[in-house]
Amino acid sequence: MKIGILNIQGSVAEHLEALRKLDVEVVLVKKPEDLRGLEGLILPGGESTTIGKLMDFAGLKKELKQRVKRGMAVWGTCAGAILMSQLGLINIEVERNAYGGQQESFETEVDFDGIKIPAIFIRAPKILQMGEDCEVLAKYDDDIVAVREEKMLVTTFHPELTDNLSVHRYFLEVAG
Amino acid sequence: MAVKKNTPTLKKGLAQMLKGGVIMDVVDAKQAKIAEDAGAVAVMALERVPSDIRRDGGVARMSDPKMITEIMATVTIPVMAKVRIGHFVEAQILESLGVDYIDESEVLTPADEQYHVDKSQFKAPFVCGARNLGEALRRIDEGAAMIRTKGEAGTGNVVEAVRHMRSINEDIEALKGMKEAGLKKYAKEERVPLALVKETRDLGRLKVVNFAAGGIATPADAGLMMQLGCDGIFVGSGIFKSSDPTAMAKAIVEATLNYDDPAMLARCSAGLGKAMESLEIETLETRYSERGW
Repeated sequence: MKIGILNIQGSVAEHLEALRKLDVEVVLVKKPEDLRGLEGLILPGGESTTIGKLMDFAGLKKELKQRVKRGMAVWGTCAGAILMSQLGLINIEVERNAYGGQQESFETEVDFDGIKIPAIFIRAPKILQMGEDCEVLAKYDDDIVAVREEKMLVTTFHPELTDNLSVHRYFLEVAG
Repeated sequence: MAVKKNTPTLKKGLAQMLKGGVIMDVVDAKQAKIAEDAGAVAVMALERVPSDIRRDGGVARMSDPKMITEIMATVTIPVMAKVRIGHFVEAQILESLGVDYIDESEVLTPADEQYHVDKSQFKAPFVCGARNLGEALRRIDEGAAMIRTKGEAGTGNVVEAVRHMRSINEDIEALKGMKEAGLKKYAKEERVPLALVKETRDLGRLKVVNFAAGGIATPADAGLMMQLGCDGIFVGSGIFKSSDPTAMAKAIVEATLNYDDPAMLARCSAGLGKAMESLEIETLETRYSERGW
């Protein structure tokens, strides 16, 4: 299986390390042609405004949307979730920095698809609304923090900052 | 379920989200907006950029909280601000404003000749400058969640940032060849815990994100620092003291992304107008990098 990680900015190395443990072929994606032949793409954590602008400069957005139409799975963590909402890849509405600044960032545990996993929220967004076809995979209090819609997956937290590979494994199943 | 805030993981984690990005010095909300629009991952709010601090002389202090909060209200990217070395009350003030990162910076006039701020006591994360591995490890041991090279701020001269990045890299390489006794001696000489030295050796890098700072003035400078292995770039005077800040800001962001692609770097470097006024290191009256220890 071939999985890409958008290599513009943010937690790229952390996702790379997780995928290496899972024995998949990994491609670091900077240019539209890097998307060729991928079964899944991870949009890492980072600054969504920065990543969005640089995706524009690199001409990546159009190609990404086309690849998704042809069946590529996408998983966005934090900033990646915001970008997926902005690009219309998943039917959710998000609010950026919804918990406040860095001093409001927090660590906790959530039940993800029935498994308890550590969850790190850094200047995290909130999912305010979602479409009918979206499935909630995890909640923190009343907030929806992980959603799947067909082959699209978002988490508002950062599984890549922990040693727990549950969400990475889950994404590989979605993509496979 | 238990909820924890302001842990080392969270402090360090925000810096991990900034990797591969450019953090720009800004002096007002208008500049902050230009920086954000150009693709900066964060802004450093300060009253005067380092080249002006150098020109004006006198004591350089924490910026006016009014200016900092205006910038925080203007942009959605993280906002950092500087305190003087050892000035823990300036740090308390910035923390109460809710800034995302505090830079305990040699660019401001040091407030304490003996102690850096005990950063582990703060909720807000800290970034600190370093010239070599020992200095970086001392800051990490005090609680810094991010390191940057000191370089020589306000000069537009990248030579010191290069020296500091190479020095950190070489010191880490040297650790890899050391036996137990050598590691112990190093830890003792540098006044840092042996466990931290060993952790750094095992990782083959600093345990926190390490940016380049101090003298970066062009897209090529950003590419150079990235190729030397830093995680991202701080640009101080280099943006808003250039002849076309909007173009320079965007160019340095793109160069940081495409640091290993000379053709892209050529494109980023073209038609930018004049870079900031620059200075030879030998002619400086004050070397900021010699502040702190």
